[in-house]
Amino acid sequence: MSEEVVLSGGEEHIASAISEEVVITFEDVNKWYGEFHVLKDINLSVRKGERIVICGPSGSGKSTLIRCINRLEPHQDGHIVVNGVNLDANVKNIDAIRSDVGMVFQSFNLFPHLTVVENCTLAPMWVKKMPLAEAEQIAMKYLERVKIPEQAQKYPGQLSGGQQQRVAIARSLCMNPSIMLFDEPTSALDPEMISEVLDVMVELAETGMTMLCVTHEMAFAKKVADRVIFMDFGEIVEENAPDEFFGNAKVDRTQLFLSQILAH
Amino acid sequence: MAAVIERGARDSRSTFAKIVNDERNRSIFWQVIVFGLIGYVCWYLFTNTAANLEARGMSSGFDFLGTNAGFDIAWSIIPYEPQDTFGRVYLVGLTNTLAVSLLAIVLTTILGFIIGVLRLSHNWLISTMAAWYVEIFRNTPLLLQIIFWYTAVFSVLPRPKQSIDIGGIGLFELNNRGLYFPEPQPGDLFWITMLAIFVAIATVYFLAVWAKRRQLTTGERFPVFWTSLGILFGLPIVVFLVTGSPLAWSIPELKGFNFQGGTSLPPSFLALFFALVIYHSSYIAENVRAGILSVSHGQTEASYSLGLKPGWTLRLIIIPQALRAIMPPLISTWMTVVKNSSLAVAIGFPDLVSVFMQTSINIGGHAIEIVAMVMLFYSSVSLIISAALNYYNTRVQLKER
Ligand SMILES: Nc1ncnc2c1ncn2[C@@H]1O[C@H](COP(=O)(O)OP(=O)(O)OP(=O)(O)O)[C@@H](O)[C@H]1O
Ligand SMILES: [Mg+2]
Repeated sequence: MSEEVVLSGGEEHIASAISEEVVITFEDVNKWYGEFHVLKDINLSVRKGERIVICGPSGSGKSTLIRCINRLEPHQDGHIVVNGVNLDANVKNIDAIRSDVGMVFQSFNLFPHLTVVENCTLAPMWVKKMPLAEAEQIAMKYLERVKIPEQAQKYPGQLSGGQQQRVAIARSLCMNPSIMLFDEPTSALDPEMISEVLDVMVELAETGMTMLCVTHEMAFAKKVADRVIFMDFGEIVEENAPDEFFGNAKVDRTQLFLSQILAH
Repeated sequence: MAAVIERGARDSRSTFAKIVNDERNRSIFWQVIVFGLIGYVCWYLFTNTAANLEARGMSSGFDFLGTNAGFDIAWSIIPYEPQDTFGRVYLVGLTNTLAVSLLAIVLTTILGFIIGVLRLSHNWLISTMAAWYVEIFRNTPLLLQIIFWYTAVFSVLPRPKQSIDIGGIGLFELNNRGLYFPEPQPGDLFWITMLAIFVAIATVYFLAVWAKRRQLTTGERFPVFWTSLGILFGLPIVVFLVTGSPLAWSIPELKGFNFQGGTSLPPSFLALFFALVIYHSSYIAENVRAGILSVSHGQTEASYSLGLKPGWTLRLIIIPQALRAIMPPLISTWMTVVKNSSLAVAIGFPDLVSVFMQTSINIGGHAIEIVAMVMLFYSSVSLIISAALNYYNTRVQLKER
């Protein structure tokens, strides 16, 4: 799958500007779905500006892990601290975190009854109490950044998958988040649309955004990631710099997984 | 040379073929044929019937509407006396039908939404009970339910002397003659309160417009809902009190064997109303449930992940999308309520079909004219409702590629 994707602007790893400040901390986090132990003793810390790619077999808990960061899923044990705020049942904390953490879904989840620009202005207007004119100005800025300003007045159903996903990215960016989460943003897309979305994500990485991205696009991982995390059966099995990770994985399970996805 | 001639021949053939094969022309052609056939059948039926009636010496035409009906009607919204005309009987039937239908539509919609939402409840007991409600009332015939409410509930109630005092405050009395309740008797100054109600509605409307504009320009929000509620109730109540409470109530009181004063609804009305509300609410509940479920969970997650609170998510994301799925079947259920109210015939509620198509035809004849007038009423109501539906659909239709 990944070999065909060509990213514009070469293959070299783009420079990262990681600061010392830790923005996400997982401390002995455990989560269960009923009896099913989906996250096991997760420890992870992410620094500001860091770009992390998470991969692993289906059902290994990747989505669950990043959905815990904006508490779309509650965890039962351990601590998750995001931007200095401890995530618990406190509704005020959850609201604060969610408006500062953007999320992009595999299935886009655009609001089909609103135009592209309305999708982008909704949250700034309601959550940040922004006047319409200002919200629209910001929306257009980000729609230009994802290269579809001309689609602003259309409805999501009138766009291609790649365009929809770029709108979804713009919609998140309109809230001016400090962290962006991506859950397999390209796996619902036809091959020819994958690179247009990845290009936008690479450009976002160049701006110094903190990013956690669940993806199996190895070209993207090599170019952008500061760290690659491999998950299996709810555990973080291995984490390493991309060169090390793809070049000589230490753990057998990782090697097996890599050989499987590269064999595609 | 031969090739040229052949080409020419094919061309002349193809202009004809072009016209015949054009999709638009074809559809026009078929429409003309169909309309022609319908027109012919109508004309044939009309002239034939008119000729037959004339041959038997029966008059046709609508003159009978001006003549005396001569029979009584058990219950009517508008005043009616036996010496009134058949035209008046039509109006009485029509208003009775509209009264029970409109009341049933309002209540069945509210009840349907409540049951539909309850069916989605996480509480097992509640959702199961709602499911049973839907399954029981949707899967038994409406006529059976109407007769059940009439014969097994409302006509076997105690006599007026032993009336059931609903609420225990002596204002709502239920017995085998119907439901008795107070009747408002507006005083001279009551129009000022009515005026205040209109002023309040207008104020709320402009308040909503203003609040929306203010949010668009400054981002500030205004608690429109609670303020509106305050204005809607507060203003009329204050005006009512200031003008000296110009509204008297006639209270039903037991005098001898029956109640005097107040006003009442007969058992047949109550039975029809209950059956219509309960039967159709089970359909609406299903529509509401399906409509809410049709909005994927991803929409909620996307909304939450943008920082929109649950209340806003419901209002801005879920409800607008669910309504698109709910409205069309809801409106057609309303149409069905109006049509099904004609089953009133079975329990003798004086609806349009009962007083006009049954009693009037039995007494005065003119079946063709009367059937036509009744059909005209039902189809106009349906057409008005479906016009509203079409308007709604074109306004909210999702734009797809
Ligand atoms: N709401 C839920 N209730 C019960 N089990 C769930 C729920 N959501 C996920 N799971 C289970 O938790 C496990 C991890 O799910 P998760 O979606 O995090 O996996 P994933 O690594 O993202 O997989 P994929 O690559 O298929 O997206 C899976 O076995 C899944 O079946
Ligand atoms: Mg997943």
